[in-house]
Amino acid sequence: EVGVRAGGGNDIQWCFSQVKGAVDDDVAEADIISTVEFNHSGELLATGDKGGRVVIFQQEQENKTQSHSRGEYNVYSTFQSHEPEFDYLKSLEIEEKINKIRWLPQKNAAQFLLSTNDKTIKLWKISERDKRPEGYNLKEEDGRYRDPTTVTTLRVPVFRPMDLMVEASPRRIFANAHTYHINSISINSDYETYLSADDLRINLWHLEITDRSFNIVDIKPANMEELTEVITAAEFHPNSCNTFVYSSSKGTIRLCDMRASALCDRHSKLFEEPEDPSNRSFFSEIISSISDVKFSHSGRYMMTRDYLSVKIWDLNMENRPVETYQVHEYLRSKLCSLYENDCIFDKFECCWNGSDSIVMTGSYNNFFRMFDRNTKRDITLEASRENNKPRTVLKPRKVCASGKRKKDEISVDSLDFNKKILHTAWHPKENIIAVATTNNLYIFQDKMN
Amino acid sequence: MFMRGLKRKCFDGEEDIEETLAGIKAIPSYNLQRQSLLDMSLVKLQLCHMLVEPNLCRSVLIANTVRQIQEEMTQDGTWQMINMQNTGQASVDRLVSTDILCRSSREQAEGKHVPGYSTFSKDFEGDQAQDSSETMSTASSVQALRNLQSNVWEMENSQENKGNFQKSLDQIFETLENKSPNSVEDLFSEVDNSYYDLDTMLTGMMSNTKMGHCDGLEPFPSPTTTTSSSNCKSDLNELDHIVEILVES
Repeated sequence: EVGVRAGGGNDIQWCFSQVKGAVDDDVAEADIISTVEFNHSGELLATGDKGGRVVIFQQEQENKTQSHSRGEYNVYSTFQSHEPEFDYLKSLEIEEKINKIRWLPQKNAAQFLLSTNDKTIKLWKISERDKRPEGYNLKEEDGRYRDPTTVTTLRVPVFRPMDLMVEASPRRIFANAHTYHINSISINSDYETYLSADDLRINLWHLEITDRSFNIVDIKPANMEELTEVITAAEFHPNSCNTFVYSSSKGTIRLCDMRASALCDRHSKLFEEPEDPSNRSFFSEIISSISDVKFSHSGRYMMTRDYLSVKIWDLNMENRPVETYQVHEYLRSKLCSLYENDCIFDKFECCWNGSDSIVMTGSYNNFFRMFDRNTKRDITLEASRENNKPRTVLKPRKVCASGKRKKDEISVDSLDFNKKILHTAWHPKENIIAVATTNNLYIFQDKMN
Repeated sequence: MFMRGLKRKCFDGEEDIEETLAGIKAIPSYNLQRQSLLDMSLVKLQLCHMLVEPNLCRSVLIANTVRQIQEEMTQDGTWQMINMQNTGQASVDRLVSTDILCRSSREQAEGKHVPGYSTFSKDFEGDQAQDSSETMSTASSVQALRNLQSNVWEMENSQENKGNFQKSLDQIFETLENKSPNSVEDLFSEVDNSYYDLDTMLTGMMSNTKMGHCDGLEPFPSPTTTTSSSNCKSDLNELDHIVEILVES
């Protein structure tokens, strides 16, 4: 139809909805957010932090009278998932920082998620309790046992409503399977197995079995002197339960089929874009290192994030990506400084929207970027408490790479490289996004008319 | 080993004199920056020994960068094992602006001069003080890296390692926390090698270097006292000999 605008990144008007976390500029290290993940329905939003805690937010049921906004996310459950440990043999501490959270699809009243630190994966059950039994014959209300000889009548205990209590309990602990640091976990579409990946190995687990796992990828060289490449991320295909991919520090992605052999050291497909020789520098390899890989919901594409760009790959084409989006190309001339201050090693994540039409990733200065695959338009937004008013549309930001800086533009040299957005998540169905700055979680929604 | 006969970067002789002179002036700049990047990288590798458990991906990327620089310097002819003395301490003070390194090779070809040398010895004589300190730190830096690589990723037989350590490696590790001898002995006892990888090694490395003796090394005269090229050349011969012993083939 003439005049109808296709939905897209720029056509969505993003508004501030909520911000969670301390207002202080002085960030407590334990509060640094390390992972963000919506569950399959989008009703729950989980965050993990450096202190090993998981905080789950739940979306309020939509209020019919308040049609101008969707439900707010409020704290639903908070629990300590991992504690710091000490490896006595190596004399090294094992951090409690939560590297990843992945939700299981809901099968009954309870919710389940996997959370992992560097070494141990845990399956958590989150359940609600809103009634309790009262009227026991042998117990007082406070729990003390009654003397049976004082019981003169019998009654049937009944359930009475109580204030909602949300309990989190660890149901499985999957430990001692990783020598190196776990960077990824991914639940298989069979909902029975999952993979965990560290720098050199990938293991396959059954959710019910904690005392063993199968090693499906091992890239550790016999002679560690020859180590030049590590695994950076891994994910199961959303529909094909035998297929998974893993990315490397050299910018390659390998797709493996578990039916081919028990040890998937030989890939079925190798995705790699040939290097542009004119762009080669000492930092070429470092910036090609892939920090995140995510399949599209459809399973037809996968997205990779390297230091400067986001690439979309068609699983049927190995020799180059089908789309490439520059996140912050203005940093290319600053790579030396970014190497010096270690920012070049920052691992940015990326995510798809529910319909796979828009992709999002973070940048510095609390900026985050969205790319509309259909309209080819992109937008830069900022997560900042200055845009605090709900239903106020966020103003697009622009970085001035060189030359004359226009009004409202920010020059590259004024960017704050300590304010980095590494973790973002998109609601599976709605235009609601969760963006994590260092210690705050921002929730943005599109403006509903 | 002298780098004679090795293929050097092409230096177009048809360029006019001015450009040639300008090119020579640009040479130290690129090399200094590259050296600075090398030093910075080695400092980073040191620093990651001090962390809770070093990030393996970061370490591998930095080590690969060092290897790249090393390879380029080898091709350049700037790779010289002149003197193994410990001026090789990777010093953050020597870091210079590394702006040029950020430019792609295309940009460099367009606007900047490709560094080159007419002859190896000429350069050496020409700017001895600067070059020798550069190259010495290069030599010991890279030797340090080689040891670092061979010993850091995985624990080998500790007895072999002790003999191979050089003073420059001591310097690199001197900032690390000193472990008690007892803990070191525990680490060296027979354990499955695969259990001790990069991270374990780094905590054990420090005491290893402190305890190890650099028996095979004699102290070399300071470069600044050497003024004639003939002195340097005889030192070089001795050095080659020592290096051959030290470097594991």
